[in-house]
Amino acid sequence: MANRALGAPRLSGPQPVAESKVIADSRTQAEPLIKAGSGHVSDSLFHIAMLGCGVCVLALVSLIIYELARGSSLSWHAFGWKFFFRSEWDPVNDQFGAWAFVYGTLISSLVALAIGVPLALGVAVFITEMSPRWLKGPLAFTTELLAAIPSVIYGLWAIFVLVPILRQYLEPFLGKYFGWTGLFEGAPYGIGMLAAGIILAIMVVPIISSITREVMTAVPQQQREAVLALGATRWEMIRTGVLRNARAGIFGGIILGLGRALGETMAVTMVIGNRPEIARSLFAPGYTMASVIANEFSEATGNTYLSALIEIGLALFLLTIVVNILAQILIWSVTRGMPARSHA
Amino acid sequence: MGVGIKVEHLNAWFGKTQSLHDISMDIQANHATAIIGPSGCGKSTFVRCLNRMHETIPDTRVSGEVRMGDLDVYNGTAAVQIRRRVGMVFQKPNPFPTMSIYDNVAAGLRLNGFHDRKRLDEIVERSLKLSALWDEVKENLRKKSGASLSGGQQQRLCIARALAVEPQVLLMDEPCSALDPISTGKIEELIFQLKEKFTIVIVTHNMQQASRVAEFTGFFLMGRLVEFDRTEKIFTTPSDKRTEDYITGRFG
Amino acid sequence: MPDSSSLGLPSISIWRRSKNAAATFGAAAAVILVLLPLVAIFGYLVYKGIGSLNWAFLTQIPKPVGEPGGGMANAIAGTCLILFIASCIGVPIGIGAGIYLAEYGRNRFGDLVRFTADVLNGVPSIVIGIVAYAIVVLSQGHFSALAGGVALGIMMIPTITRATEEMLLLVPQTIREAAYGLGVARWRTTLSITLRTASSGVITGVMLAFARVAGETAPLLFTAFGNQYWNWKINQPTAALSLQVFTYAISPFDEWHRQAWAGALILIILIVLSVSAVRIAAGRGMLKGTS
Repeated sequence: MANRALGAPRLSGPQPVAESKVIADSRTQAEPLIKAGSGHVSDSLFHIAMLGCGVCVLALVSLIIYELARGSSLSWHAFGWKFFFRSEWDPVNDQFGAWAFVYGTLISSLVALAIGVPLALGVAVFITEMSPRWLKGPLAFTTELLAAIPSVIYGLWAIFVLVPILRQYLEPFLGKYFGWTGLFEGAPYGIGMLAAGIILAIMVVPIISSITREVMTAVPQQQREAVLALGATRWEMIRTGVLRNARAGIFGGIILGLGRALGETMAVTMVIGNRPEIARSLFAPGYTMASVIANEFSEATGNTYLSALIEIGLALFLLTIVVNILAQILIWSVTRGMPARSHA
Repeated sequence: MGVGIKVEHLNAWFGKTQSLHDISMDIQANHATAIIGPSGCGKSTFVRCLNRMHETIPDTRVSGEVRMGDLDVYNGTAAVQIRRRVGMVFQKPNPFPTMSIYDNVAAGLRLNGFHDRKRLDEIVERSLKLSALWDEVKENLRKKSGASLSGGQQQRLCIARALAVEPQVLLMDEPCSALDPISTGKIEELIFQLKEKFTIVIVTHNMQQASRVAEFTGFFLMGRLVEFDRTEKIFTTPSDKRTEDYITGRFG
Repeated sequence: MPDSSSLGLPSISIWRRSKNAAATFGAAAAVILVLLPLVAIFGYLVYKGIGSLNWAFLTQIPKPVGEPGGGMANAIAGTCLILFIASCIGVPIGIGAGIYLAEYGRNRFGDLVRFTADVLNGVPSIVIGIVAYAIVVLSQGHFSALAGGVALGIMMIPTITRATEEMLLLVPQTIREAAYGLGVARWRTTLSITLRTASSGVITGVMLAFARVAGETAPLLFTAFGNQYWNWKINQPTAALSLQVFTYAISPFDEWHRQAWAGALILIILIVLSVSAVRIAAGRGMLKGTS
């Protein structure tokens, strides 16, 4: 039975308590030191103010949907569904059809993914699984740097550096050896769908590679070890132990990249040629939904003209939302609960 | 001077789970009362009900009456006002990381609207002396951050911070459990000195500590107060068998 | 130790080994192919732009078409004006929404707000431009810096909100409790303690949002619209660096092309500077001598 007397002996070598000379003991005075109130009202006001900011976000998206819908109603009533399937774009006669732009948007994005996805995956795999430790950070940083470059600067560089390279070297080369595919026919102007696809590819690589790295890192180490223990080579381990497990997330990253490519405006506008044409060859000029708005919005005379452009904007908006939501769902399924970072 | 706390039929819930059952006790002014018991018995919850910290967790409920001096803690007084009369020291020292030592001690006063420079200087010095930290930090009050001190020093800083607002009661939730024995010894010394000015309630899982510093002890088990008496009696001739089992180490 | 061949198992075949090597080679090639444009872009910006960066360029407004010389002073000023307006809108709402999500929004409504912020983040910038046009330009009857600022401000919100929420959630609950224990009201705790503790991360989030919108062109095309002359009024069309670079780049004049490179170089420098400046300011506000 414990038998301790009260006021037990001090531990050896205690710190002598400094003299606690009280300077003024206001507790014996009538006035309390702190006179502030209960804070109830301020707490409620603050809560409401913060809630208001949250509601602002909701209001903004609602506002976007509302304004886009309102702005497109004229065009919607004039042309209906078929608006997106006809390619007549004739402002003079007030005839509008967005098919050429939809086509251009889809093809340029597809080319971007065709080039960008393998590059992004290669970079991600290298950084995560193959690179020496000291190189990982710098490499990751430099690929993120690509994401920080404004679109108009990409466009500037594309016009004066990329396009001449395409015109003088790449397109003649492709036309000569791969012209039979039908994809590389016609005069190599440089400006056109291929240029747009290439510059878009460079722009989506950071996003895809960053998400891919994230989901690859989320794959537990045991998975890698299990495959290696079976005698696999490093590449086989990456393929079956990591990429296979992270499949859904990688796919989500690709879709997110697609979302970015669909909405990209400036760089594409500067090199795609801005002609509403539908051609099989990638050398031909094209026009995307975002580009036509960028080029013609401020000069649109006539209400139907403006309304048609806004309707294209609405379609672009809905398209990117659906794509982004799909991407988020896929990414969440792998990182499970960790919120996906918003990617600039 | 400290005030006494009278607790009557206190119950507390986390969501649907009841964690405190019908606790009644009389905490004496200007004495130290220890709250002991095995993990999960409700000691921390009990103490947090005394200064209405329990309700800062969402989906919690409290019933019963707590009187502190002549104030009814739950009826008629804002939680914020109760907490200004009660100081709290937590298990893991939690000085404000972005503030200097001086700012940490002055925080309770400043954030409640008290800005008199000269008096703040006096109060900070007095509080740091009361918590036996003054000599160690008086050179660097404004330059060193609260987080740059050692564990034991940080806890004494938190005590100084609590004392600066001149509370009547000091609640300590296992204040030494994250500290080394020497720092623990210093803080126990402190409690001994502070007893004269404040009412202290200290939660501890260390029975030796309870017997060293507290005149009264309450033994909690599964959310109920099993026994409450002078520490001497609890540790030598406990009335309840469960208390005896715990004291002698048969469980817990 | 028996080797795999004596066990009757095939050793790792040449085929598998070469696939492994090819994969490593391919991945490394991808890295080089991706870094190439990065180096090329920065290289060209400096190479083509630095020659044109002189005092005249930084202090003069554009000369009429055909005349050599002139500068982008009004565009630089315009960008600052528009970004200022954008920050006044985006920063308070963004931080407020972030505070809401972290401190009050751990519920269904909060989930809705979070989701909506992500949606807002993915909206193409040109669409935001259309909306700013509809609410500001149409109601005022003319293009304006205000409209441009509104568009960019809206774009800043999701990034700031997410960063603020994340940083606030990282502040340990025990810090808040220490403040509650001192009798500090909840709103005061959130602002003076929690937000202050998280301030460095929040500032980074703001800075990222700022850098992102500083380079935006599309939403300004029909909001701020551009201006050949000086303008400090928020209700008039205003020049912007990114707009000017675009206009000059697609023009047929060599002189303007030269200036486009210079303007682009300034834009990149401005973005990098603003990122570093905020970092330094944040560092100074923090305590010196922290361990």
